[in-house]
Amino acid sequence: MSTEANVHAVDHHDDHGHHHHKQTFIDKYIFSTDHKMISKQYLITGLFMGIIGIAMSLLFRMQLAWPDTHFTIYEIFLGKWGADGVMDPNVYLALVTIHGTIMVFFVLTAGLSGTFSNLLIPLQIGARDMASGFLNMISYWMFFLSSIIMLLSLFVEAGPANAGWTIYPPLSALPQAIPGSGAGMTLWLTSMAIFIASSLLGSLNYIVTVINLRTKGMSMTRLPLTIWAFFLTAIIGVVSFPVLLSAALMLIMDRSFGTSFFLSDIYIAGEVLHNQGGSPVLFEHLFWFLGHPEVYIVILPALGITSEIIATNSRKPIFGYRAMIASILAIAFLSTIVWAHHMFVSGMNPFLGSVFTFTTLLIAIPSAVKAFNYITTLWKGNLQFNPAMLFSIGLVSTFISGGLTGIILGDSALDINVHDTYFVVAHFHLVMGISALYGFFAGIYHWFPKMFGKMMNKNLGYIHFWVTVIGAYGIFFPMHFIGMAGLPRRYYTNTAFPYFDDLANINVVITIFAIITAAAQLVFLYNFISSIFYGKRPTKNPWRSNTLEWTTEIKHIHGNWDGDIPHVYRWSYDYSKLNKDETDYVLAGQDFIPQNIPIQENEEEMNH
Amino acid sequence: MTVFLVLTVLFLFAITIWQMKKIFNLSRLKPQDNSQIATENDNNNQGKLMLGFLVFFYIFLIVGFWNWTSVLLPESGSEHGKDIDQLMLISMILIFTVLIITHFLLLYFAFKYRGIKNRKAIFFADNDQLEFVWTIIPVIVLSGLIIYGLFTWTDIMNIHEDDDPIIVELYAKQFIWEARYSGQDNTLGQANVRFIEGVNTMGVDVSDAYAADDVPARELHLPVGRKVLFKMRSQDVLHSAYMPHFRAQMNVVPGMITQFALTPDITTADARQSDEIIKKVANINKLREEKSKGLVAKGFEALDPYEFDYLLLCNKICGASHYNMQMKIIVETQEEFDAWIAEQKTLSQTLNP
Repeated sequence: MSTEANVHAVDHHDDHGHHHHKQTFIDKYIFSTDHKMISKQYLITGLFMGIIGIAMSLLFRMQLAWPDTHFTIYEIFLGKWGADGVMDPNVYLALVTIHGTIMVFFVLTAGLSGTFSNLLIPLQIGARDMASGFLNMISYWMFFLSSIIMLLSLFVEAGPANAGWTIYPPLSALPQAIPGSGAGMTLWLTSMAIFIASSLLGSLNYIVTVINLRTKGMSMTRLPLTIWAFFLTAIIGVVSFPVLLSAALMLIMDRSFGTSFFLSDIYIAGEVLHNQGGSPVLFEHLFWFLGHPEVYIVILPALGITSEIIATNSRKPIFGYRAMIASILAIAFLSTIVWAHHMFVSGMNPFLGSVFTFTTLLIAIPSAVKAFNYITTLWKGNLQFNPAMLFSIGLVSTFISGGLTGIILGDSALDINVHDTYFVVAHFHLVMGISALYGFFAGIYHWFPKMFGKMMNKNLGYIHFWVTVIGAYGIFFPMHFIGMAGLPRRYYTNTAFPYFDDLANINVVITIFAIITAAAQLVFLYNFISSIFYGKRPTKNPWRSNTLEWTTEIKHIHGNWDGDIPHVYRWSYDYSKLNKDETDYVLAGQDFIPQNIPIQENEEEMNH
Repeated sequence: MTVFLVLTVLFLFAITIWQMKKIFNLSRLKPQDNSQIATENDNNNQGKLMLGFLVFFYIFLIVGFWNWTSVLLPESGSEHGKDIDQLMLISMILIFTVLIITHFLLLYFAFKYRGIKNRKAIFFADNDQLEFVWTIIPVIVLSGLIIYGLFTWTDIMNIHEDDDPIIVELYAKQFIWEARYSGQDNTLGQANVRFIEGVNTMGVDVSDAYAADDVPARELHLPVGRKVLFKMRSQDVLHSAYMPHFRAQMNVVPGMITQFALTPDITTADARQSDEIIKKVANINKLREEKSKGLVAKGFEALDPYEFDYLLLCNKICGASHYNMQMKIIVETQEEFDAWIAEQKTLSQTLNP
């Protein structure tokens, strides 16, 4: 991007910055085109979906821990499927399916990336708003619509989709095979199609904004790592989400219009279906071509957020800024060529298994670089343990412990015996589920003052963190053992196999930890809601951070900066930088230099 | 038990609320410390908690291994399974070494450099040597693992004709496994779901000459020490043939035939005599007895005592009763196997009684 083009962009936008017109309630809070309001809309919707997703997990965890016990709570929440306090096997599968769908797509994709990409991209690159505020608004409302449809599908007579969140056909194509594959699956597919459209509109907007609207002086190598992460996440999304859409469309054709993309030689409910020549393995390829990049769509924004928070709260530059960018680039590239490691035992050619083992294990290299860089950033820092910092450290911990077991699952030979067991469940929950949630929480604690103009209560944040971090390991560490004991996932109960009887106690331990951890999230919710109304007013830059969002006023204005857009003279990581004589910090008595401060005379210039 | 657990949860929840309240009160007492930004005091406390968490983390690992190693799968009952277990062991040692070291660094640094006493951070932005070191080490280690893994994988998945495996079909449908032995000619007759009719539940093409001597079965018997090649078919949805004790798994896909070969090398009888299994079964039976007491008290029947058997499970979600789609596998000597198969009816005998 040439500097000249930037100047034009800036000047052009300056013209719009000053005139404030009167906004109606609907303009301001509902059909808002202001990225800050849209980010709050994403956040609230994402959190609401998260509550539902986590509540579902508690229900099926209770079923797994105490399969013989009658719980009235099932009757309350599941109605006819929990009659007498006994959970129906089909609704168990539905809970598992919708839990996965909601958490992966609605909470960790839209909730996390939607919230923080919208909030931070314009603010941190120094832009008045997204490239297209209107598309941004449409993107949110499509997400809202898809959420509503997903929730409506819970109330369909035959039950919601319950073929697993991966919706492999033929199970997902044939209502004869499982009741959820009727109207429930139709709504699931409709909801996801709209979700994908929403995600694409959002991603295109993010990409264009990052490329075109950076303020003067904001070269790509001065961008905060958050922006790099959001930028690459958006690119991965644009590359892979359309493939899921095509898979969904083909599935819709198979289900409703008699095509045979994924179906062949099927005898069900006493009759042979006419379908001939399709292959479920094709669907698996298409699904995982999105499905695997999807986990990076989930985790990269969390890693970006963490990079920013760890640097700020360590009062140190992020270690190896360029290596961090190189690793996200490498991860983003590799993420698109590893999908078939979900399919080692799918029946595809074993030679493909070898290829995908190779590419998969390569991903461990940039991931390791990132982990070591985080640790080195802490080294000899001056760590400020704000709740956001705690969650960021928590993320590094679960990213390592969850990522390491990927070495086993990515190795085709080892995958044979742990494929689709609880070992997998433990692995991906730690490395993408919990890690991304920690990133989400870290982001909320850190940018809450920017979003709501209030501070969250730190002590409640500490309680939230410690109960969650211990609880999460309490849930997922034992899960590796039951996986290596050979216990398959998605089993309604394990009592059909006396061989697994000795795992029952471990399942109880896991469920108790799950209940405690979920209870800790109530502390967070209380903190979140009460802080919006009664939180303490922050100063303009409470975390003494360098990035541009902290140069804006606390009160939100459309256009972000009241006066001119700030120009940028340095990268965003000049923390604790000493002057040339090493007598004091560059700005005397202040250990940080915001990006809009010009290079000082007593300062050594770095190549950023 | 349940009541106790529920009480525990309620108790812990009560503690959480109590602690919350306490902290509320504490924060009220100190109005000067009301910025909601971490103070030196917070940094000190949280830093120490990080160290505490490090200790907790290590203890949790140790306790986990101490208590739960016994539930892991016993020694592999197949030849290739030993290679997988070896590779698994190496990977696990590697993982735990890295896990322990990185967590020490992460959490100890968090403790050591907690922001107290006007600590100053150093300006340390990058270092090419360090970056090089932790790029090249994973590269070398992973190259080793990849190569080892690929050799193991290729050995398992490549099926050689000259091994002369016996060919057995595994047939999956909601929620039943069936098997079809290829008989004297060791060749399975052609089959398609369109031939399903009456007792011909697997849709075998009876006009195919190879089909006549095929032997359908509801229990999987395998001779020890002989390679067996499973050809798998599904009639409705995806299933997955998972034999955890043999370290074997392959999806069963409608519309195509998938395959997996293995050589069982421990008979069921021998496996039942191994120390590992004896201990595991004793533990399971103890748990079942305890559970039976509760059941009998409520007027239900007691549970049968458990005896070890190799298992074939379904490991790909396939519908409501996915959790109970199983078949018993019996590994026996060649003589026992021959005797068993001689007793079974061939397909032509079943179809034309």
